[in-house]
Amino acid sequence: MTPKHPEDRHPMLDQLSQLWRNKTAVAGLIVITLFTLSGIFAPFISPHDPIEVALYDQLKPPAWKEGGSSKNLLGTDDLGRDILSRIVFGARVSLMVAVVSVGIAFFFGTIIGSVCGYYKGNLDNIVMRGIDIILSFPYILLAIVVVAYLGPSLQNAMLAIAITYVPRFARIVRASVLEECEKDYVMAARAIGARDSRIIFTAILPNCMGPLIVQTTLSFASAILDAAALSFLGLGAQPPTPEWGADIARSRAMILRASWVMTFPGLAILGAVLGFNLLGDGLRDALDPRLRD
Amino acid sequence: MGAYILRRALILIPTLLGVSVIIFFMLHITPGDPAELLLGERATKEALHDLREHLGLNKPLYVQYGMFLKRMVTLDLGETIWTRQKVWIEIKQRFPATIELSIAALIISCTLGMILGIISATKQYSIFDYLSMLGALAGVSMPIFWLGLVFMLIFAVNLGWLPISGRLSVGVDLEVITNFYILDAVLTKNGEAFRDALWHLIMPAFTLSTIPTAIVARMTRSSMLEVLRQDYIKTAKAKGLSQFQVIFKHALRNALIPVVTTIGLQFGVLLGGAILTETIFAWPGVGKWMYDAVMQRDYMVIQNGTLFIAGLFVAINLVVDVLYAVINPRISVK
Repeated sequence: MTPKHPEDRHPMLDQLSQLWRNKTAVAGLIVITLFTLSGIFAPFISPHDPIEVALYDQLKPPAWKEGGSSKNLLGTDDLGRDILSRIVFGARVSLMVAVVSVGIAFFFGTIIGSVCGYYKGNLDNIVMRGIDIILSFPYILLAIVVVAYLGPSLQNAMLAIAITYVPRFARIVRASVLEECEKDYVMAARAIGARDSRIIFTAILPNCMGPLIVQTTLSFASAILDAAALSFLGLGAQPPTPEWGADIARSRAMILRASWVMTFPGLAILGAVLGFNLLGDGLRDALDPRLRD
Repeated sequence: MGAYILRRALILIPTLLGVSVIIFFMLHITPGDPAELLLGERATKEALHDLREHLGLNKPLYVQYGMFLKRMVTLDLGETIWTRQKVWIEIKQRFPATIELSIAALIISCTLGMILGIISATKQYSIFDYLSMLGALAGVSMPIFWLGLVFMLIFAVNLGWLPISGRLSVGVDLEVITNFYILDAVLTKNGEAFRDALWHLIMPAFTLSTIPTAIVARMTRSSMLEVLRQDYIKTAKAKGLSQFQVIFKHALRNALIPVVTTIGLQFGVLLGGAILTETIFAWPGVGKWMYDAVMQRDYMVIQNGTLFIAGLFVAINLVVDVLYAVINPRISVK
């Protein structure tokens, strides 16, 4: 059935078309798709094994430079490992870090925020003070401290990022739940005797999805950036894992001889993070009508 | 107003207590005995015993926490494990370096960010607007530890314009008074040291300012656009004021209110970013100190450094809140 009036259209369709018209969001979506595909299909795309050492091929420049060859399109590092392959596999590591750490933060943040926003009172006061305390650390510092105590590894880096991201989700959900609780449909749900958990999860939360989706997308961006920073400091992925931040840290030793070893992983981080930020901005414009021009 | 400041300052106390609880227990929830962590695996039994006695690790937790608080309040912060320096002396030396770097970065990001934001807003949808907002988005997405290395490669290695790292060249004499080198050079009227310290500051400061510049530019633009749409701006234009007067005398003041809050929030970004920037440029500040401590597992430094940075961060947020109430009369201080 085709809708007769524009008002008959599902609001989601309206938002989707809004998003589609936003060129930057579409550009972001394309970048993210490329990034995700390269992460998932890394073993099929990458020309070489990312951790295979080839001592005859040390520090080969990219193909378009003198001395480069089409065998290693983006050149090789000091152990002769193919940089393109390491970047393709690095997408997999970054994607995993983003999904896992943001997923954990989303889960706990949503529960904490909705419970606090729904029940209010003392519980809310105490938990939100606690969240204020976590927020009083510069968050990359908090992540560094957590990893310093737990020991450097990719898992602990993901955990540290997840912990530092819980507050932002909790705050956003709490604010939306507080707002929604005042509305008639919540009162109606209470009046027919629905359980609290049912009201929160099936009635209120779906109506808070807009800001949550935006926050999740933007958090993917910063999680990739933070994980790379932690790995750069030696607190995240350990060698020989192909990870962009860790590869940049290694490249510092050969910055004078082979700048390409440093250049490409950095561009990869910039590209992936930019993609999520572009999409996040586009989503915000589409999902939050107050900000529309 | 005085009551408002006092109340906001009182809220600091539970926050700082909370921060200290987290830092205190972090050492205790870590698997293993703090004494072993502090002394390393090859410590003798006697040494471990002595340290436990010394740190009061045999006493109940709440007594230990009390002792920890007392040391904090009296600034008796102990010694670093690695260098056997007094922690307090290290903080006094390194802290000005971080603040100098952060202030320089903040100045760059405010100036550059506001200029970009204002021009973009007044020329909305122009090429300039489009490019600068794309640039701002790239700025927010920038891995600054990588950008720092790129700067280093271009400006220090290839062009040779700027020194590659550190705060002062070897051979340049500077009488240290405040540990803020630029200020010290001015105080002692040392032109050579001033130039050298400034030259060393440029690359790290620009690297650190990348993300705040982008955030300030975006915030200024959107806030400016909102203000420019309002009726009083139309009135100002209608009565024949020049574009310059409309923007700088009428619009900017109101547009800056949210920007100031944003700038205040950037201190957290700066202090966090300082760890990365200082590590790259071998800048001897608190960030580099924390990084080295993490690498050497010097828990005394990690504990104190974290508490110090968190305390500073909380204090800055207080100042920003108060300033905000001062510039924005619409905020009720009650």
